[in-house]
Amino acid sequence: MEHYIALLVKAIFIENIALMFFLGMCTFLAVSKKVDTAIGLGVAVVVVLGLAVPVNQVIYQAILAPGALDSIMGITDPNESIDLSFLSFITFIGVIAALVQILEMILDKYFPALYQALGIFLPLITVNCAIFGAVSFMVAKNLTFGESVVYGIGSGIGWALAIVLLAGLREKMKYSDIPDGLKGLGITFITSGLMAFGFLSFGGISL
Amino acid sequence: MSSDAKKVLTGPIVDNNPIALQVLGICSALAVTSSMANALVMTLAVVFVTAFSNLFISIIRNHIPSSVRIIVQMAIIASLVIVVDQVLKAFSYQLSKELAVFVGLIITNCIVMGRAEAFAMKEKPGVSFLDGIGNGLGYGAILMLVAFVRELFGFGTLFGHEILPLIQNGGWYQANGLLVLPFSSFFVIGLLIWGLRQWKPAQVEKD
Repeated sequence: MEHYIALLVKAIFIENIALMFFLGMCTFLAVSKKVDTAIGLGVAVVVVLGLAVPVNQVIYQAILAPGALDSIMGITDPNESIDLSFLSFITFIGVIAALVQILEMILDKYFPALYQALGIFLPLITVNCAIFGAVSFMVAKNLTFGESVVYGIGSGIGWALAIVLLAGLREKMKYSDIPDGLKGLGITFITSGLMAFGFLSFGGISL
Repeated sequence: MSSDAKKVLTGPIVDNNPIALQVLGICSALAVTSSMANALVMTLAVVFVTAFSNLFISIIRNHIPSSVRIIVQMAIIASLVIVVDQVLKAFSYQLSKELAVFVGLIITNCIVMGRAEAFAMKEKPGVSFLDGIGNGLGYGAILMLVAFVRELFGFGTLFGHEILPLIQNGGWYQANGLLVLPFSSFFVIGLLIWGLRQWKPAQVEKD
């Protein structure tokens, strides 16, 4: 249990996927003008990450990982071992796209209110690199199924936290006097830089 | 070369830069800019993927049903990225380790998708190919600039060659530790955008 809590805290704060690995930056910068929309997108990302990371973990370990198919195909000679890991990119992106589509249909049928709230953001999430990045990290870190559930949800919460914080700052920033050239994108970059600086201090937590 | 083709090729480098103006492809711009060598490899990879995905998508643009176009585009892009990844692993294993998940993340790099959707779906193959190269170069220009600043002042080197001799090695230059940290590229890009918009005031955002 302790192990999972440590992993969760690490995914949310120390290895924050938005501010430490800069994943999902395009949406992070583009959709952070209002707190409301930022919360909507944040929730959507948590849900999709919480599903996509474990599902891809199962698929990777059962089919794509080097030697995973050997027992099914009845291969005993290590020289003939099947390694499909070069297919992982295209598989992951397909699985993510399919998951988002299924999630959209389920929400539309059973939770219309939530579907209305998330509406536009759901399809956008397919191309959000935070999802794909977290899945790639899951493979790189060789997580077990349980760990991948925690890691997916944790990194989703971390991303949501970062975008809501940035949206809060940007709402206040409307009242500041910013040099013309820095308006919009420029000042948002510098603000996120300062936020990442702050998050760096979580690095001191030892778990 | 006709003036139209030239405009398509060089326009994205300064006037319509994908990172500074279109807010596309920022994730990798932040993460792989700690050294010039990494930035150069990333630039080449992105130019290759953007150019050829634009070319292929443009060739088959009249045969893609619009309801499944995203999936078709994704499949083409993912296949190209797999090629890049395999080539890197085969010929430059050390670099592919350093770039780690970021090569895979070219799939979700919004420059590739954005150009495919906005340009290649409408225009002829030849022009689309040039547009892909142009946008890849525009992305690369920012990447190389940021990497130049970070490597020169953070490590005192360029492409690994010593330019500013460090104090630790008996020289006179005290390395700037901030620029070694990944998020310093937030500040560098923010200031770069400021500079670009002072130079080209037409790019300043309206409230």
